Amino acid sequence: MQYKSLAIEDPSELIFGVAPRPVTTLSGMVIGGGTVYPELNFTLPPMRIDASTMAEVRRNYEQIIADALRRAAELDAPGVVIEFETLPPMTEYPAWGLDIVKILLEGMKQEADRSGLQSVLRMTPNDNREFERPPLMRRGRYWNAMLELFEGSAAAGAELLSIESVGGKELHDEALLNGDLAGSLFSLCILGERDMRFLWRSLQEIADRHGVKCAGDTACGFGNTAMVLAEQRMIPRVFAAVVRAITAVRSLVAYECGAVGPGKDCGYENPILKAITGFPMAMEGKSSACAHLSPMGNLAAACCDTWSNESVQNIKLLGGMAPTCYMEQLIYDCRLMNIASSHGKESALQLQRWMVESDEMLDPQAFILSPRSCVNLAKVIVSSDSYYHAGVAVARRAVELLHGAYSQGKLRIEPNEVIWFDNMRDALDELPASEAEFIAQQLARADRTRFLPKEYDLEV
Amino acid sequence: MTDLHPLTQAIIDGRRKDAPGLVQQCLDAGESAGSILENRLVPGMMIVGDRFKHNEIFVPEMLIAARAMKEALKVLEPSLVAAGVKPEHTAVIGTVEGDLHDIGKNLVAMMWKGANIEVIDLGVNVPAARFIESIKENRPKLLGLSALLTTTMPAMRDTVKAVRDAGLAIKIMVGGAPITREFAREIGADGYSPDAGSAVDAAVELLKATA
Repeated sequence: MQYKSLAIEDPSELIFGVAPRPVTTLSGMVIGGGTVYPELNFTLPPMRIDASTMAEVRRNYEQIIADALRRAAELDAPGVVIEFETLPPMTEYPAWGLDIVKILLEGMKQEADRSGLQSVLRMTPNDNREFERPPLMRRGRYWNAMLELFEGSAAAGAELLSIESVGGKELHDEALLNGDLAGSLFSLCILGERDMRFLWRSLQEIADRHGVKCAGDTACGFGNTAMVLAEQRMIPRVFAAVVRAITAVRSLVAYECGAVGPGKDCGYENPILKAITGFPMAMEGKSSACAHLSPMGNLAAACCDTWSNESVQNIKLLGGMAPTCYMEQLIYDCRLMNIASSHGKESALQLQRWMVESDEMLDPQAFILSPRSCVNLAKVIVSSDSYYHAGVAVARRAVELLHGAYSQGKLRIEPNEVIWFDNMRDALDELPASEAEFIAQQLARADRTRFLPKEYDLEV
Repeated sequence: MTDLHPLTQAIIDGRRKDAPGLVQQCLDAGESAGSILENRLVPGMMIVGDRFKHNEIFVPEMLIAARAMKEALKVLEPSLVAAGVKPEHTAVIGTVEGDLHDIGKNLVAMMWKGANIEVIDLGVNVPAARFIESIKENRPKLLGLSALLTTTMPAMRDTVKAVRDAGLAIKIMVGGAPITREFAREIGADGYSPDAGSAVDAAVELLKATA
């Protein structure tokens, strides 16, 4: 573990708009330097993507970027982060993805020339490696295409590189459905950690070659899958909240490999990472209900440095095209946070307290991601001597925090979830002390038709 | 409330170590394999499915019951084969081409199995031709299609069309985050399920219509 201490030890310092290690973009935006910026993400309406539809695809993105940025300028946005999260065919065929990158960069330049609006492009190719089952994690056409798109995008001027990487996911979905904490730990802290290290070293090489920044990863396919499954009452919310705490161990690896933020928006574990690294973080909450529901729409903004909508389809709403409408919503959310900050620290903290209090008691996921809990969990992670031990320790602390709050009447837990405190404690108690023993145990259990141990440097 | 048969209760409780012995006891007592399946095991899973549908339990608890059912079936299987007992219905299921999401699809497959439907799961990123091939090979009465991306909804439409164009007599049920009842109707699907919990009822309704 590279980080041995916290960049932010006081929960009151873990607040929106301010990061100890801000990121300055080429256009002059200082993310984490006192201003919260809107971060817009968008996707296509229901349509096929292939060579025959690419003209229509391009038209969609041209219209999205022109309209959304014009609205941002009209509303005096202090700057904008545009995230281009590709759709799978655009990563599989990098030329298609690069076409769109160029369209977006051109749209951003035109608006800058017209109105002076500052903006920066975050490029997020898909991690298509899981198209192959079991996935090849370090080679093959999906790996090559993904890196080609990163390389081309960085060369074209996409300044922030991100991804929702999937290493370990091939076993994690099943762990979630089985309520299997050991399986989750294996996926996140053994497989995920190894894959992240390999992947992010490669991405850092690309970033260095082109003078751009690695921004950060997210455990979206892990923690958000758990959160959404819990929202759908498929798995217990307390279990999903504990999984969220563990995801921070995995996502941290990107920063150990050189990422500097802003962390990717759908990484709800980002406040824990901000406390550890001091880098700015993107977050999403109520304004991302267009993409998925969450139990922490206000609280999620408590320590954001960019505020995102996750993704919205380019469809017509009464107010205009959806990305433009969401740009407006994000800008107003950011205005409120920025005006609170402009009135001084106490005003900012007051707004943050309201954000936190509105959600914290109502859901375990929200409780675990309050600034106070995040600093607590972050301390546990940096005190650990390995990723496995960090995962076990942070899971145990999360269970303690949740159960403690529930026992004191500070957290609402459904009656059929209470038994899961014991279930999770028992599961953690049964884990081997040594990482080697744990890996051997999990390898003996894991479904080999789903994953290839060698892709993670694991010997069978 | 009437007491349930000990085997049914063992399935509900997820007691996988007890279930095989209880199956053997039933067989030793002269109960037919078909009756054990139909009157002891399936009702247990139906109760579990019902509890899940009413948010009393979660998927992990349902899977514990499913594992007990699996252990019970290991003992019962030879007798079922000998007696020529087969599940009444077969279904093919998969995530359409271009889409990798499979949690919802896997849950539906599991719930269908619990309702004594034989499920052939083709996995993810399945081209229309592969669905057609499997339907011709396995002659199921039900096809389940899943998609999670707005950009793979056209692949769902194409798959339904290809199956229809192939003249295959099969009920098609669709689902996934961006899928709506209106979209299902528009592309010519027979059924739609908004979530895994209601997928069994929707399937049973469709299968009844085919009977």
